[in-house]
Amino acid sequence: MDLPLPDDLFDLADKRVTMAEEMTLEDVRKHMKVYLWVFTSLAILTVVTVLVSYLSISFTPALLIALAIATLKATLVALYFMHLVSERQVILWVLLVSGIFLIAMFALFIGAHADQETIAALIKFLPTGHVA
Amino acid sequence: MQIPYEVTARPDTGVNNAKLGIWLFLASEVMLFGGLFAAYVFLRIGADAWPGMMVYDTEMMAERADEILNVPLATLNTMILIASSVTMVMSWAALKMDRFDRYKLYMGLTILLALGFLVVKAFEYGDKFDHHWYASTNNFLGIYFVLTGLHAIHVTGGIVLNAYFWGPGTKLWKRGTPRDKAHFTNRIEVAGLYWHFVDLVWIFLFPMIYLI
Repeated sequence: MDLPLPDDLFDLADKRVTMAEEMTLEDVRKHMKVYLWVFTSLAILTVVTVLVSYLSISFTPALLIALAIATLKATLVALYFMHLVSERQVILWVLLVSGIFLIAMFALFIGAHADQETIAALIKFLPTGHVA
Repeated sequence: MQIPYEVTARPDTGVNNAKLGIWLFLASEVMLFGGLFAAYVFLRIGADAWPGMMVYDTEMMAERADEILNVPLATLNTMILIASSVTMVMSWAALKMDRFDRYKLYMGLTILLALGFLVVKAFEYGDKFDHHWYASTNNFLGIYFVLTGLHAIHVTGGIVLNAYFWGPGTKLWKRGTPRDKAHFTNRIEVAGLYWHFVDLVWIFLFPMIYLI
């Protein structure tokens, strides 16, 4: 018995041939060169990340630079090593949904922190004896 | 209920079951590590000082993570993990080229590099323990050990998986039929997706924990 799936999923099944499927020997050789270029880029970006961390810059710009470089490196890994550059739509949808949930989770944490400050500010205005 | 064991794409999803399965698993892994990263952010924005007070012989207030952690060792580990990602994808490409000898070489290198990563990590942990710095010492070390420890468990899992595909798992390829070879290549692609994800997590973990 096969797994039943909603009809909407059939629309996600695009008919492109992915990198991992139909590849000639020449294609594979070309991809191997790309992998080496990506490796070199990742190594250089790692060195840049470390060097930037030794610069005397304040926390927020340092955080943004480090995250930007990490995101660039992760994108290279995902696109070329994980073949997302030619992957099917259904995989991209899976990633998009998990990305949305991830952002929602971060928003909950940061929201809770902001809420703590609001609560702390409100407590100051409460009459004495009402603070839990 | 039987899930068809095929490497051909399903007509509804456009991908084979193994690939969809590993991506769904990786999506759950995003949430697992994401939750811990969110915990890290939460701890950090709530801290008066980060990493904060460390106790070793005398009390010491650490203002930067690199006062506590070994950045050169962590940089070396980053390079090792990136290199292992390349050798992993090269092992898959070697199978696509029907070069089993090259596959064995690249997969063997991937396993050795992963073991190297764990050895470096063991030195790093050993240094912390020598200073009597444990997960219970403060929030910084707590989240450091949890995040890097969970990552190291994933590396260990990857080593076990890849070692199987380097050794006993190759029986499938050695049967020699095109169908068996296609199945084995598909398995290596799926194992590779897991391994690249482990690399991807470290790419964020390294600057967040060690450098900022």
